[in-house]
Amino acid sequence: MAEIVLMRNFGRQDSHTLAGYRATGGYGGWEKARTMEPAAITEEVKKSNLRGLGGAGFPTGTKWSFIPKNHAGPVYLVVNADEGEPGTFKDRYLLERDPHALIEGMLITARAIRCALGFVYIRGEYVQPWRLFSAAVKEAYDAGLLGHGFDIVVHRGAGAYICGEETGLLSSLEGKKGWPKIKPPFPAIKGAFGQPTIVNNVETLACVPPIITRGAEWFAALGTKTQGGTRMYSVSGRVPKPGVYEASVAITLRSLIHDLAGGVSGSGRLKAVVPGGGSAAILTADEIDIPMDVDGLKNAGSMIGSAGVIVMDESVSIPEALMVLARFYAHESCGQCTPCRESTGWIYKQVHRIVEGHGRKDDLDTILDVAKRGGGTTICAFYDGAIGPYISYIEKFRSEFEALCRS
Amino acid sequence: MPKLTIDGKEIEVEAGTNLIEAARRLGIEVPHYCYHPGLSIAGQCRLCMVDIEKAPRPTIACNTTAGDGMVVHTDTERVRDTRRSIMEFHLINHPLDCPVCDQAGECWLQIYYMKHGLYDPRMVDEKVHKPKAVPLGPHVMLDAERCILCSRCVRFCDEITGTGELGIFHRGDHSEIGLFPGRDLENNYSANVVDICPVGALTDRDFRFQVRVWYLDTTKSICTGCARGCNVDVHVNRRRPHHAEGRRVARLKPRFNAEVNAWWLCDIGRYHFDFVDAATRLTAPVRRNPGGPADVTWDEAVAGVADALRRYPPEQVAVLASPQMANEDLIALRRVLETRGIREVAFDVPPTALAKDDDFLLRADRTPNRRGATLIGLGGDAGGLMAAARSGRIKCLWVFHHDLLAAGWPAAEVSGALGRIETVIFTGTNANATSERAHWVLPAAAWVEREGTFTNFEGRVQRFRTALEPLGQALPEWELLGRVLVGLGGTAAGRRAEHWFRELTGAVDAFAGMSYQSLGDLGRLVAGATASGLPTPPGQRAPAHA
Repeated sequence: MAEIVLMRNFGRQDSHTLAGYRATGGYGGWEKARTMEPAAITEEVKKSNLRGLGGAGFPTGTKWSFIPKNHAGPVYLVVNADEGEPGTFKDRYLLERDPHALIEGMLITARAIRCALGFVYIRGEYVQPWRLFSAAVKEAYDAGLLGHGFDIVVHRGAGAYICGEETGLLSSLEGKKGWPKIKPPFPAIKGAFGQPTIVNNVETLACVPPIITRGAEWFAALGTKTQGGTRMYSVSGRVPKPGVYEASVAITLRSLIHDLAGGVSGSGRLKAVVPGGGSAAILTADEIDIPMDVDGLKNAGSMIGSAGVIVMDESVSIPEALMVLARFYAHESCGQCTPCRESTGWIYKQVHRIVEGHGRKDDLDTILDVAKRGGGTTICAFYDGAIGPYISYIEKFRSEFEALCRS
Repeated sequence: MPKLTIDGKEIEVEAGTNLIEAARRLGIEVPHYCYHPGLSIAGQCRLCMVDIEKAPRPTIACNTTAGDGMVVHTDTERVRDTRRSIMEFHLINHPLDCPVCDQAGECWLQIYYMKHGLYDPRMVDEKVHKPKAVPLGPHVMLDAERCILCSRCVRFCDEITGTGELGIFHRGDHSEIGLFPGRDLENNYSANVVDICPVGALTDRDFRFQVRVWYLDTTKSICTGCARGCNVDVHVNRRRPHHAEGRRVARLKPRFNAEVNAWWLCDIGRYHFDFVDAATRLTAPVRRNPGGPADVTWDEAVAGVADALRRYPPEQVAVLASPQMANEDLIALRRVLETRGIREVAFDVPPTALAKDDDFLLRADRTPNRRGATLIGLGGDAGGLMAAARSGRIKCLWVFHHDLLAAGWPAAEVSGALGRIETVIFTGTNANATSERAHWVLPAAAWVEREGTFTNFEGRVQRFRTALEPLGQALPEWELLGRVLVGLGGTAAGRRAEHWFRELTGAVDAFAGMSYQSLGDLGRLVAGATASGLPTPPGQRAPAHA
């Protein structure tokens, strides 16, 4: 079994406290990093092959290096804790059970990007994570870890999925409607409040202290050639032991389901798996022998996304599953760009009609055509995420949809 | 300056120019809804996609800055296909109520569907329903179902007026334009959102259901609502006189002039045309005897007025000209005065209440040609002139446009003075209390019924053109003044406004060297004037730090 890095403290009753965190060597990474040159920290993270664990999988150190070198004003660090991808609940565990790991990761990152103020944008529904993280921030202030060159503002969201999109989050943080911002400019050049900003996921930053403490080579060796480390998989659906599992990014989907989550429950026969949160293309039962790193899923025509694994057994109706997701996307589209605003609603109506027994077979071609036409035409990746399920559910399980159609 | 190639044509543009504007300079239209050159880039409508060589997929032109060596194609099969898709997305929830929509005929959904859509509709499900016929303010009506959520109106209220009344509420395909709680769209620029709305979502409450736009004719003109002289188009309905209860002027629309008003027009100016078709219009020359008023012919009226001017010694004659008059009228009037040696002239009648500048285009001076009247030399002491009338020295008074009984003078004093004057002559477009007291009434054509020029507050001379025939027997003032001049034995400069303008350029140095041709559509500054340019919109000013 792979080494446990991110969840190493979860077994302790006091893992959420400063004392508990310190008892296992917490803030050692920060002690080391504060003696390092900022560029050396970024270099170490680059060498570790750490890739963003929020969804896009962008190399973290590279992202940090986009901050302009000669910027006169402030630079901000924003933590995306607006965990909302369907099937994903890993950041919640980190905020609740190891909040100091995030604070330490932020301190190190702030030094790397020469930042004095960080924001943590926590999903509005995450009340307990917010309480526990806020308590940890207070402890860190009391202990003098914060407030001496780096401050943290904890901000609660109000319940919109789109505010988990990097620039939608920044708009929301600025007090505006959570609309993604048009790019360019990218956040590293012009982000929160018009200043250079790095937006990182909770889990990504929790990886930073161990990288500094134990070295980039060690971290890189935990994963694959192109992605270092372990990550936390949220496994839900028809498995006997749903929950969050930490494993190498090199673990196969089959091993994750069978060795960690206990196999397939319900009928016991696997039908399909969503490997990386709601926006990932669905995989059939015979497509699960793939490594769970960014490139492995990409090669399989899907994406690792936020590593939210949803397991469906033979008794699950794929059209109904798509209807639920389509309703989600229609409900959560921010409405800014026309293709996404209009077609998420239209596709939901069509899938709903099919599930209700009023579909026509050519509706399926219309949905596929509409989904493909809208792809790549919008400000943010929301719609590109939505078309993953639209297309893959219908193309891979077309007969199930056709069976519900009238003609 | 980057040099790029668009559809095989090379062009060099200023750094920072986006691809829509670069293409426009080559005469290539990149279709778009949310982009507006006067507003920030939103990138929402996704219609302005173009192919850029080496880019993996079509890119929005509005947010792409022209780069050196860039090769852009606006009409590839992939671009055409993308536009067709985007048009379909724009229209699936649109009510398609063109037959009852005021925008029909000038709607960019119609135009772009015909140019870039032409797909077979596939939407068979129930459309999203939203509020209809929602008044947003005194001038603007919202139909949220027709709205394509381009956000131009929202950005206008944020970035131009800085008033921020509008927002987009809700999410996804339930998104809709609306007012923030407790707000009304009642800033002085509210109707501009109707102009920039590319579809029928925002319509003008004054124009709604009056006349279909394809019956309208368009004429270049100048707003007369204040001294700024905003450039406008006058839209008139001559082809369906039985529509809109005979109202001929359908609406004014701002016409772009970067130096004066850019794309904008204030509401006070926009609706300052109702007098043109009002029941109070003066439509025939009138002689008022002790027995009452009687219509007379122009020949009789001109002879009567000329006779009055000749009968009294010049020092017993006074003239109150008006800054509503065009430069051509004012020079013709000056010639009349010179012929008789009349010196008692003024134009500055005090208003009852002082108007104020607003914080953008509107000037406190609510007349279009005060600068012209001053330059042409008709300024004087109106108060002294009225005092002379009260004392009985003035026997003949010619008033242009003003209602002296509704001015900033005590009405009783004015009434007393008018009572002592033997011959009151009134020239104007509409009847008022002063015209009711006049012995001769000479009806003037309204500005949209004739051509001429105004000189705005900063000295910019701008042309306005004839949109309509004068109502009844009304005449342009330069013409009726020319006839009086002939009646006095003088020579009229000509039978066209342009002749009088030529007369003006020869007589007043400030106008020297100008001609109608050289004024063009954008106007020219008089000698010695400096342009102040367009004020920074309130929404773009740095907030004041207390």
